[in-house]
Amino acid sequence: MTEQAIPASPVEADIEVFGALKDKEPQKPPSSQWRDVWDQFRRHKGAVFGGGFLIFITLGVIFGPWLWDVDPKGLDIRNKNWRPVINLLWDSDAKAGWAHPFGTDQLGRDILAQMISGGRVSMAVGWLAMALALIIGTAIGVLSGYFKRLDFWLMRFTDLVLSLPILPLVLLAVTLFRQPLNARFGPEGGMFILIVAVIGLTSWMQTARIVRGDVLALKEREFILAARSIGTKSGKIIRRHLLPNVISPIMVSATLGLATAIITESALSFLGVGFPSDYPTWGKLLADAVQRMQEFPERVMLPGIAISLTVLSVNYLGDGLRDALDPRIRGR
Amino acid sequence: MLTFTLRRLILSVPTLLFISFIIFGLLQLAPGDPMAQVPLTVPPEVKQKMREALGLGAPWYVQYYKWLIQFFWIEPKVFIDYLTNSSYLLGWLPDTNFYKDELRVISWQTRSPVMDIVMQRMPQTLWVVGLSYVVGIVIAIPIGIYSAYKHYSVFDQAGTFITMVGFSIPPFFTGPLLIVIFSVYLGWLPSIYDTTHVVNDWESFKVQFFQMIMPVMVLALQTTAQISRYMRGAMLDNLNQDYVRTARAKGLREGVVVMVHVLRNSMIPVVTVIALGMPAIFGGAIITENVFKVNGIGQLLLTALFANDLPMVMTLTFIFAILIVLFNLIADVLYGLLDPRIRYD
Repeated sequence: MTEQAIPASPVEADIEVFGALKDKEPQKPPSSQWRDVWDQFRRHKGAVFGGGFLIFITLGVIFGPWLWDVDPKGLDIRNKNWRPVINLLWDSDAKAGWAHPFGTDQLGRDILAQMISGGRVSMAVGWLAMALALIIGTAIGVLSGYFKRLDFWLMRFTDLVLSLPILPLVLLAVTLFRQPLNARFGPEGGMFILIVAVIGLTSWMQTARIVRGDVLALKEREFILAARSIGTKSGKIIRRHLLPNVISPIMVSATLGLATAIITESALSFLGVGFPSDYPTWGKLLADAVQRMQEFPERVMLPGIAISLTVLSVNYLGDGLRDALDPRIRGR
Repeated sequence: MLTFTLRRLILSVPTLLFISFIIFGLLQLAPGDPMAQVPLTVPPEVKQKMREALGLGAPWYVQYYKWLIQFFWIEPKVFIDYLTNSSYLLGWLPDTNFYKDELRVISWQTRSPVMDIVMQRMPQTLWVVGLSYVVGIVIAIPIGIYSAYKHYSVFDQAGTFITMVGFSIPPFFTGPLLIVIFSVYLGWLPSIYDTTHVVNDWESFKVQFFQMIMPVMVLALQTTAQISRYMRGAMLDNLNQDYVRTARAKGLREGVVVMVHVLRNSMIPVVTVIALGMPAIFGGAIITENVFKVNGIGQLLLTALFANDLPMVMTLTFIFAILIVLFNLIADVLYGLLDPRIRYD
């Protein structure tokens, strides 16, 4: 043995010998988790466009009626069947003009105003049904992941609901319960409540499964043990420690839920069991236009494109969120 | 494996009972009187008798029990009789004659047995749905393989974008869109599916082929989008594995590595997704049948719903439920069969 002191670890010794290996200062300032998530999210171009478009369309349908204050239900039979203003580009005799940029329908209602008010309903149904499904799904997922006694029964229940034929059952519920709810809350309110409830009650299962899986894994971690050892109550553990940690799968399934809710609502309206014609949504506008799509294809295209673009942007947003919230992918 | 399959089969019985109970409960809770269309001149006591003749006077558990007996006992007997009596497949067997004029599930619209109508409508749905599924899978798998193999190439980017679009455009928009383009402007394809068309020679086969293109493609678009995404994901997972490097290192040709080693392992999750997606396709068929006027079971369900024909609605919804439970079972069993790492026993 020589006199030289044996360093505690070879790595430390190397760092002392080779000064260049030493970090003078931290390479980059510490960043918070959400900052990292945002940085990763920004790299996914589709997700940024999707999120931007979703915000644009949501704000558009919320504030649209103030910017374009034409009554969507106002009949103007003298100016019926206008074409979109873009037709003037190739056909200068077309019945079109800036008074009705998207044209008017067979009763002279302004299509732009109808699209805005229809989008309002479609988006509201989508957001609310998604929120309802998330609340139910998260509650069931957390309960069955956290409490062992409930797990078996809640998961069997989830499996049962998963094997229900959703679209036929939704059709059934909407047709059968339309009348009493309409009598109670009016034709618009009743239908709105019914569709939101039906979609929410039939689309929570995936969220519940994902949340349960994550809670099961988190429950065994040290920080939960620490929280329990200082006497934290179950309710508080769930609220303070578990829910913040399962927020990312919830956000991802929220985007999926929003997309399916919008599509389901439009499908119901398309099949003729959704909202009434004088209270149109995008799906209803599309369905009403199908009979005359030979003469006026734009009336099918406009609501169809609106639905498709919204769902597409939501799907891209979900894709980007999934990448950004996954710590294994982040930073690569 | 066999015990697992048997256990799952036995477990699916309470599942199906529960589902039938939910559907039945929904129909019971719902308001709506089948006598609503009867003229007001019919006196109330006669109406009451008509109601009882439809089996509506009895308490709900009696009605439910009778429906169960009809669906699970009497209808299978009729079906077996049909198989041994007049079907091509088992017609050589001696005629069984199980069915002895018991009351079957009767439709309120047509006053004929529901299952007879379902059997008439089923081939149309199966043709359109089944063919679209096959077409979708045949298109999806090569796309998935190639875009995973050429990860981040132009083809991959375009493929991902197109599948995302196909995923997002609902069938009730693609349907009318295709009709406008191909039937109205180009005039190549008929917009309505004619189910009375009989195929007996080349010309009539061509007509049949052309009228099937659009409904099949609309349904296949959804399938393609979904399955090629899964295929790409599964291939990507497998392409970076060590066994792929080993296969390349021992000098196997690239085609063998990708198409035999990687593909076989990647097919495991995809096959189960294919089985699981089957019921959703039947749901989508409700919309597509409505767009293209195919008189399959989806369209039958809609007309029965609007006509307040409860026995028909109940039976059809339950058939959809059976399909879901059956394909879930198939997916689980296939997964166990294909993946040696998974052992259920």
